[in-house]
Amino acid sequence: MDPASAKLIGAGLACVALVGAGIGIGNVFASLISALARNPAAQVTPFAFLGFALAEATGLFGLAIAFLILFVF
Amino acid sequence: MAIEIKPLEQFKIEPIVPLHPFGIDASFTNSALLMVIAVVLITALTVLGTRRAALVPGRWQSIAEMSYEFVADMVETNAGHGGMAYFPFVFSLFMFVLLGNLLGLVPYSFTFTSHIIVTFALAAVVFIGVTIVGFAKHGMHFLKLFVPAGVPAVLLLLLVPIELLSYFIRPFTLSIRLFANMLAGHTMLAIFAGFAASVPLFGILPVGIDVAIYFLELLVAALQAYVFAILTCLYLRDALHLH
Repeated sequence: MDPASAKLIGAGLACVALVGAGIGIGNVFASLISALARNPAAQVTPFAFLGFALAEATGLFGLAIAFLILFVF
Repeated sequence: MAIEIKPLEQFKIEPIVPLHPFGIDASFTNSALLMVIAVVLITALTVLGTRRAALVPGRWQSIAEMSYEFVADMVETNAGHGGMAYFPFVFSLFMFVLLGNLLGLVPYSFTFTSHIIVTFALAAVVFIGVTIVGFAKHGMHFLKLFVPAGVPAVLLLLLVPIELLSYFIRPFTLSIRLFANMLAGHTMLAIFAGFAASVPLFGILPVGIDVAIYFLELLVAALQAYVFAILTCLYLRDALHLH
């Protein structure tokens, strides 16, 4: 395999990390909606956004690696 | 018409005033310039905003008071009893990261929080400071933080290394989270802008996506500053109250 195609495959593989971020963010907001539906007075929205940021960050680690593979090497 | 996309060009540090004392590169760079602008803006907001404090606040006084109250509320609820002593530190940290993120979204400016060394320095200050606070307040009892209470001795063999690892990994996760968010967001903006330049007719589509991503980035910029500050508060609570 020549290095150029290996680089592209590697960048694509690094993006698989975003699967987890997608599942995580979906989970966070699904839970937020069900919590607010059960108890509209619940003060949980700030925690949901904290969870969103933390879940999104883990996926972005992979995306950042993909960008570094594509544009730095 | 292939236009070469260089999305990482925007993160390049360029010297504005070259300075090389004793062979060390200490030039005044675009990164340093943006940091100075951020600090000046924060100082101007808090000092000038409250100089003629009125009972009914004007626009600037409102912004200053709102940011103060927001961070004060966050510290009080998350750092627990005695956490308000560290409010000035958390407030400066939050405003510095927030301004860094937001100023980076101004076209043709520079995002200093997109450099791992900047965020790592901030996170290292938090980590070392919190550790010092813990030892100063509890002495050697601070090490109890790594020994969960009410756990059988056999499990401690497993749990103590995990607690130690999760403690010492904190500065890295704290810094990489902020850095990766800024890097990925700004790179994504540049990539879609590059698509817009290289597609002849339907260039309007990537521009539309760029606009949407820009709004997401505004959210992320504020959110990451919030996360950075709130995690600092939670670490402080660990040091002050040992779980």
